[in-house]
Amino acid sequence: MFADLFGIPPQALLGQLLLGLINGAFYALLSLGLALIFGLLHLINFAHGAIYMLGALGAWVAVSGLGLSFWAALIIVPLAVGLIGIVLERVLISRLAGLDPLYGLLLTFGLALLIEGLTRVQFGASGLPFNSPIKGGINLGFMYLPWYRGFVVLASVVVCLATWFAIERTKLGALLRAATENPDLLRTFGVRVPVLVTLTFGAGVALAALAGVLAAPIYLINPYMGTQLIIVVFAVVVIGGMGSIGGAILTGFGLGVLEGLTKAFWPPASSTVIFFVMAVVLMVKPAGLFGTTK
Amino acid sequence: MSNHPKLLIGAAILVVMALLPLAVYPVLLMKVMCFAIFACAFNLLLGFTGLLSFGHAMFFGGGAYVAGYLMKAHAVPPELAWLAALVAGAVAGGAVGWLAIRRTGIYFSMVTLALAQMAYFYFVTSPLTGGEDGIQSIPRQPVLGFINGADDHILYYVIMAMFVCLWLLIWRIVHSPFGQSLKAIRDNEARAISLGYRASRYKLLAFVISAAIAALAGGMKSYIFQLASLTDVGWHMSGEVVLMALIGGIGTLTGPVVGAAFLILLSDALASYGEWVVVIQGAIFVAVVLLFRKGLVGTLSELPGLITRLRRPKAKSAEKLNKDKIITE
Repeated sequence: MFADLFGIPPQALLGQLLLGLINGAFYALLSLGLALIFGLLHLINFAHGAIYMLGALGAWVAVSGLGLSFWAALIIVPLAVGLIGIVLERVLISRLAGLDPLYGLLLTFGLALLIEGLTRVQFGASGLPFNSPIKGGINLGFMYLPWYRGFVVLASVVVCLATWFAIERTKLGALLRAATENPDLLRTFGVRVPVLVTLTFGAGVALAALAGVLAAPIYLINPYMGTQLIIVVFAVVVIGGMGSIGGAILTGFGLGVLEGLTKAFWPPASSTVIFFVMAVVLMVKPAGLFGTTK
Repeated sequence: MSNHPKLLIGAAILVVMALLPLAVYPVLLMKVMCFAIFACAFNLLLGFTGLLSFGHAMFFGGGAYVAGYLMKAHAVPPELAWLAALVAGAVAGGAVGWLAIRRTGIYFSMVTLALAQMAYFYFVTSPLTGGEDGIQSIPRQPVLGFINGADDHILYYVIMAMFVCLWLLIWRIVHSPFGQSLKAIRDNEARAISLGYRASRYKLLAFVISAAIAALAGGMKSYIFQLASLTDVGWHMSGEVVLMALIGGIGTLTGPVVGAAFLILLSDALASYGEWVVVIQGAIFVAVVLLFRKGLVGTLSELPGLITRLRRPKAKSAEKLNKDKIITE
């Protein structure tokens, strides 16, 4: 049915493509949260990766420690982490409002070190095992698809689309977009902008935690899983620009797939291909593919 | 103001530095000086050009690897290996800077971080770098052919001389017309461009100088510790140098030195707590950004002004309006 493509057996190619889609799902979820937070707070959340790691760790604690089911963790952990995010925003991040965004980057970098350091002290650096919540899979003839991996891709697409819909097509989303344009005007209409800002941060952080819970059964849980990922996501953000929610989702999935294809055709380059694309984009279109501002 | 008090203070500092190894372990002092140079080079960008590089470990670690590899594999004398690190840093800085200065502000930081991660992957996989082990037991050959670098007490004075020269070089750069132009770009890039300054060229040159000096600091580090490892190129190191400049005071010349000394001595004192060091670093980051943005030196240098301001009623000056800006859009 399938001929070999450039000497690559189709099973290997499709397998890598699926892995690429899964990676892309995480890139999309994380860059979506980053874009959401940046739009309203003018803050690049360096701790986003550490929060994703907290999500994965939370899933492990909930399932192995508290004996909850994975599906309960999928709901509870993002909500709990979102609450933590709300507290962080109120207590720390809101104090930097109106300052140079670089301070926000430095503060959240410190938070990332704190979260990762404490995790390492508590759980060690070796990584924690996590069993897949859905056993088995389906043989599609040309490849074997584990059910859980299919579910991850599906779930992240649904979450991304729901977020896009909430921002582009609902009244709350309209308020958010207005707040990014002109918060002072919104305040004169009686909208509580600071509350909006806090909730947005909580939501962005909850998205990262949700990605973390989804990742727990696939990747090894260790303190540094988040920062390694967030650096790639930063490159994704530079490539896509943070101007549009749809752009962030498309760029995330697209780059994940590109990474998967690179792994199939030329494995050594797969870990750097996204950075390479970033360099090319900077040369050709410095503002990013979907970027508008300088 | 005449230069006499400054000269006296400088001479006193030199005397104290020369006597320090009698009281403190010289290797620790050399470590402080290495990182102080690294932090000063980094601060040339952040403090005087307004560019926050979050990938400066790629130059520091890259310099450590270049010098270490030459000294170990080809028995190159240290002064030539350091020169090679300096040149390599300048070339790499040219390439990275050329890409990164297309974006400003936080995007610039993200680009440098991503490019540094790319460099990190190269150092992990390259056959020349020893992978996870790094380059170990780098020989300490005589400096300039006759100075016995294998003796820590003698090497201390070599490193001290280099530190003083490099610090003076950075001081000279900041106080040159070129340095003044950098500050103009930092404070108001649009205005500097409208006055006819080619801001991109200035920024790129600043980036190249900063990267070259950072790489030289890395080369010195691999000679002192006889080791070049992945720690030197990782993102943690990039963050650490940011913290050094921040604690000491961004935009001051002595700040990064004070910050480097503070952080190195703190890590040394806390070495037995192992895994808590990162937690404490994170806590310091958060605390400094929230409460102490001017840093140690920055706060101290404001004290005389602070006292006069307490006596007189406040006047809103442009300076006050800009007080919390690293960069002006």
